[in-house]
Amino acid sequence: MKKLFEEHVATISATQEIPASPSAPRRMTLNMGPQHPSTHGVLRIVLELEGETIVSAAPDIGFLHTGIEKECEQKTWQQVVTLTDRVDYLANLSNNLVYALTVEKLLQIEIPPRAQWMRVMMTEFSRLNSHLVWLGTHALDIGAMSMFFYCFREREDILRIFEMFSGQRMMTSYIRIGGLALEAPRGWQHAVGKFIRAFPSKVDEYEDLLDSNPIWTRRTKGVGYISLEDMLDQGVTGPMIRAAGVPMDCRKTEPYSSYEKFDFKVATRTENDVYARYRVRLEEMRQSAAIITQALEGMPEGPWQADAPHVVLPEREKMKTQMEALIYHFKIVTEGFRVPAGEVYQCIESPRGEIGYYIVSDGTSKPYRVHMRTPSFGNLQALPTLLQGILLADSIAALGSMDFVLGDTDR
Amino acid sequence: MSLPGINHPAILESKEAFGETTLIADPAQIVDLCRYLKQQEKFIRLSGVTAVDWYPSEPRFEVVYHLHSIERNARVRVKCRLSGGAAGTTPEIDSVTPVWTGANWYEREVYDMFGIGFRGHPNLVRILMPLDWDGFPLRKDYPVHGYKYDYGNE
Repeated sequence: MKKLFEEHVATISATQEIPASPSAPRRMTLNMGPQHPSTHGVLRIVLELEGETIVSAAPDIGFLHTGIEKECEQKTWQQVVTLTDRVDYLANLSNNLVYALTVEKLLQIEIPPRAQWMRVMMTEFSRLNSHLVWLGTHALDIGAMSMFFYCFREREDILRIFEMFSGQRMMTSYIRIGGLALEAPRGWQHAVGKFIRAFPSKVDEYEDLLDSNPIWTRRTKGVGYISLEDMLDQGVTGPMIRAAGVPMDCRKTEPYSSYEKFDFKVATRTENDVYARYRVRLEEMRQSAAIITQALEGMPEGPWQADAPHVVLPEREKMKTQMEALIYHFKIVTEGFRVPAGEVYQCIESPRGEIGYYIVSDGTSKPYRVHMRTPSFGNLQALPTLLQGILLADSIAALGSMDFVLGDTDR
Repeated sequence: MSLPGINHPAILESKEAFGETTLIADPAQIVDLCRYLKQQEKFIRLSGVTAVDWYPSEPRFEVVYHLHSIERNARVRVKCRLSGGAAGTTPEIDSVTPVWTGANWYEREVYDMFGIGFRGHPNLVRILMPLDWDGFPLRKDYPVHGYKYDYGNE
């Protein structure tokens, strides 16, 4: 056993370009993770330290690899929705949406306005959910423990809304190909309205709590700088790049699901440090709340599923009276529907950045290839540059500011 | 959205479908083409690199690059067709890491999953699968259960 372990360690250090012994006599190699509270998942980082300064950092990922892309090739098109939930477990609705949009682009079906607005509202809730978890845990890492309780208080309300809509708190699978899984439940306006009226004041509360905390400001301001050129070169997206002054947001530049009908601003900062990333996400929470308010007030009436009988399951009532509906139901359930051959790349703005699905269809009832371009994978790649030359204690703040999800990285 | 003006000897074919542009390129000149697209055509971001396995047809693999231009608000897909890959051999293509550093992990992922080698890559080792893994999981001739466990005796 011991020999096996030593062999394993030897292969890792050789292939990951980690020096077996520190290259300079004063240097020390430190293994951080895979089980480390501040990595928010299972990420292993091998740090080379000189005193307390990080000379180099080598991330080692793959601990949560579950072969989702391979599994997608075995499921029918609609079944894959449940797998997309499990990619990024904090923004599962964003993953549902991008998958549905990609397949709908291949199928060329039109989604009714009500379903589009519902999708916008739900993905914005998922953005709030993700940012709240991020803010709570990030502040907890830096030492502001009470933030965690405040953020999870609001997150609980959001999860209740998810449960109300879909019957599930986390793995909702609410957005399906052709529309939504279920019609919005009775009284949803009341539940969403109650939450969203109170929410902006909660964001002010977080801001007061953190900004008047000298420990928070000193540990975040001026920490974790990474140049814009490096970020663009290494494929960083999302709040990280917006905190460096680039208003790159797919919701504005390549609007999908009628985002162009909503009035919101893209939050940017220019300082490009941990504090700026926190401010960007805080502003995004306010903008998301504004989008949800607009969706609540202007929600169009009408059908919540596309008029595509070969894709969408028929209504129960029609199945009992119409032969065609019964046949379509049988075909969709037993065989699944066929998607015309072709390839499509569709990206949306997830809470962490650009999430893009590249789907290839060969005309059968199962995807031929599903590639997930996940934001955490792209962002995490910049980690060595981000950590280089900073203090070990600051690495926790810098790591947290990236807001990665390891399920999203490893898939 | 069509992208007029992109003209490079490496482009063999240009296609438009679903509002997306696909360029099919000569694998031998991929680095040249990428440098041209980045510098002259302002596609400064590499969104990702992936591959598709068309087993058993030939050429078997397609390496797919998704590029994004913030300035032009446009995306383009570059594809290279590679043959080979039978019985554990690895077809090869030049790495685009000299053009975008960010290609590093994506190319490692393609190597890990499809067994496509990238010449000139700084550190081409497996990234998601264990280092001693046998086979390339996303190839079409790789069984879903893997080779490691035998379910055949049940």
